[in-house]
Amino acid sequence: MPFVNWLKRNLVVIAGLLTLGYLLLPNVIVTVFSFNKPKGRFNYEWQQFSLDAWKDPCGVSDLCGSLSVSLQIAFWATLGATLLGTLIAFALVRYRFRARGAVNSLIFLPMAMPEVVMAASLLTLFLNMGAQLGFWTILIAHIMFCLSFVVTAVKARVMSMDPKLEEAARDLYAGPFQTFVRVTLPIAAPGIAAGALLAFALSFDDFIITNFNAGSTVTFPMFVWGSAQRGTPVQINVIGTTMFVVAVLLVLASMVVGNRRNRHKA
Amino acid sequence: MTNQTDPTGDVRLTGISKTYGAFTAVHPLDLTVPQGSFFALLGASGCGKTTTLRMIAGLEEPSAGTVSLGGQDVTALPPYKRPVNTVFQSYALFPHLDIFENVAFGLRRRGLKSVKKQVGEMLDLVQLGEQARKKPHQLSGGQQQRVAVARALINHPKVLLLDEPLGALDLKLRRQMQLELKRIQTEVGITFIHVTHDQEEAMTMADTVAVMNAGRVEQLGSPADLYENPRTTFVANFLGTSNFIEAEVDSRSGEEIVLKAGGGKLVLPEARCSAPAATGGKVLVGVRPEKISLTHADDAGEIPDGRNRITGRIADSSFIGVSTQYVVDSPVCPDFEVYAQNIDRDPRLVPGAEVVLHWNPAHTFGLDAAQDADAGVEEAA
Repeated sequence: MPFVNWLKRNLVVIAGLLTLGYLLLPNVIVTVFSFNKPKGRFNYEWQQFSLDAWKDPCGVSDLCGSLSVSLQIAFWATLGATLLGTLIAFALVRYRFRARGAVNSLIFLPMAMPEVVMAASLLTLFLNMGAQLGFWTILIAHIMFCLSFVVTAVKARVMSMDPKLEEAARDLYAGPFQTFVRVTLPIAAPGIAAGALLAFALSFDDFIITNFNAGSTVTFPMFVWGSAQRGTPVQINVIGTTMFVVAVLLVLASMVVGNRRNRHKA
Repeated sequence: MTNQTDPTGDVRLTGISKTYGAFTAVHPLDLTVPQGSFFALLGASGCGKTTTLRMIAGLEEPSAGTVSLGGQDVTALPPYKRPVNTVFQSYALFPHLDIFENVAFGLRRRGLKSVKKQVGEMLDLVQLGEQARKKPHQLSGGQQQRVAVARALINHPKVLLLDEPLGALDLKLRRQMQLELKRIQTEVGITFIHVTHDQEEAMTMADTVAVMNAGRVEQLGSPADLYENPRTTFVANFLGTSNFIEAEVDSRSGEEIVLKAGGGKLVLPEARCSAPAATGGKVLVGVRPEKISLTHADDAGEIPDGRNRITGRIADSSFIGVSTQYVVDSPVCPDFEVYAQNIDRDPRLVPGAEVVLHWNPAHTFGLDAAQDADAGVEEAA
């Protein structure tokens, strides 16, 4: 039974490929349909190949405006959440203070809260405070829900760090600031980077909380949702494909840099 | 003494102590480590030796007392301002830096720009010149240990502190590194303070050993002195093995104390008795297993006069190559240990044989009978 034997040997690979296909199929559809030339306003049926949308990605009114709003919010939310989250993570791991245990569990509550409920409650809060809904309310909300994720990512890294490393740095003439910059930060960096990437992704495509608290501001996910009522422009697929390709290129670039550095050192 | 520069680089601890809440890790302690010496703090885990070391490094703040280096009081200085470097038990090499940068770390922090030559020389000293661009996790345990030593030594500290630096290595490598460290110390002439729980390691490497127990220094001296003249049962048992016989002081004649034990008489030189030996009082008589000779009871007449002797029956014997270790059941001491060199083996010396144990009275030491004869036995094993 050569076929059965072959199957046995390659079962793991086959399962892996199938899973990968399952994960990537939606992305393939997004990309393929970015080259479509739909007949009506809905980009749901394949008609014919066309580069029209790629030649004019901002051709749909308000699309690029909303994209720019989303990118700005994602950037600032990432920065704010990463900074605060890293500080919180260090405080939780390194220091013993009153209510440390409580903070440790409360920090995860925003993750557990259903997003719709959170969104509605935030709106209540902003309205009661008399806040003007818009860019700033979105940003505040995004930093809030990204924080838990950053804290989790950084905390895991800091916890696995040997405190003796910092003692060794202090023993080798590094003052508190030098110790932090030369030893603590570089070792915690992968955790911080993971937290930041997560925060960017979460903020960029958040719809529910944003939709409740945006006022008249329109982000990219809100634009897509809104336009889906009236028709789906191919440009949406173009933006989606571009984001995907940029992310893949970034991953590849970091791998190449990492490999080259290792080869150079060895 | 503040800010006076003493020509000698002695490390001086004065009344130093450390308490954590109700627990006293180190009792007030006075200790002077002469410049250029290889000094070992020896004790079981939890005896306060590492805490003492960390107080010298500045990583632990003493509850009381002062630390001075070469006459300068450094008690209030943070670790990065003390001319002292540490080799940590876990090595604590920086995982994100290569070997070269690990070794250069201290120099760079002190603002040196051209470190290449010094780092190269230091890596050659520890025979790791080839590995300069590798990351710590790519090296073996022994190599990592040498990097940790190089990283500390390159700063030419007044004192190098070693916190159980060989604990993670296997036995063979440990032996090799003991000699290596001793060689480096002799070469660079820096004061080494070495913390260890391994009595053999302390005795092999150090000029002076301080035996610590429960936050106090039990005894301080050269390895030979500690071994031959232990002043407490803890030291006697922690460094090697000792046999103890509880005896009563019978009389004193000149330089010698005559003792009664189980019907027989034992002689103990007065100079080697650290206990107050009043006539009628109790003394613990100690003797090391390798000082004792075994003679079969049938040949008892051939034993020269003037030797201490007791009788017993061999309970167990184990042949370990260079020597044979006997456990002898004697009325004065239930498990008397005797190590006999395998020169002329008497075939009659098997378990069950009646024997006479005898030794030169000069090899006897006397301790205060008020203490536990088994103190330090468990820890040493």
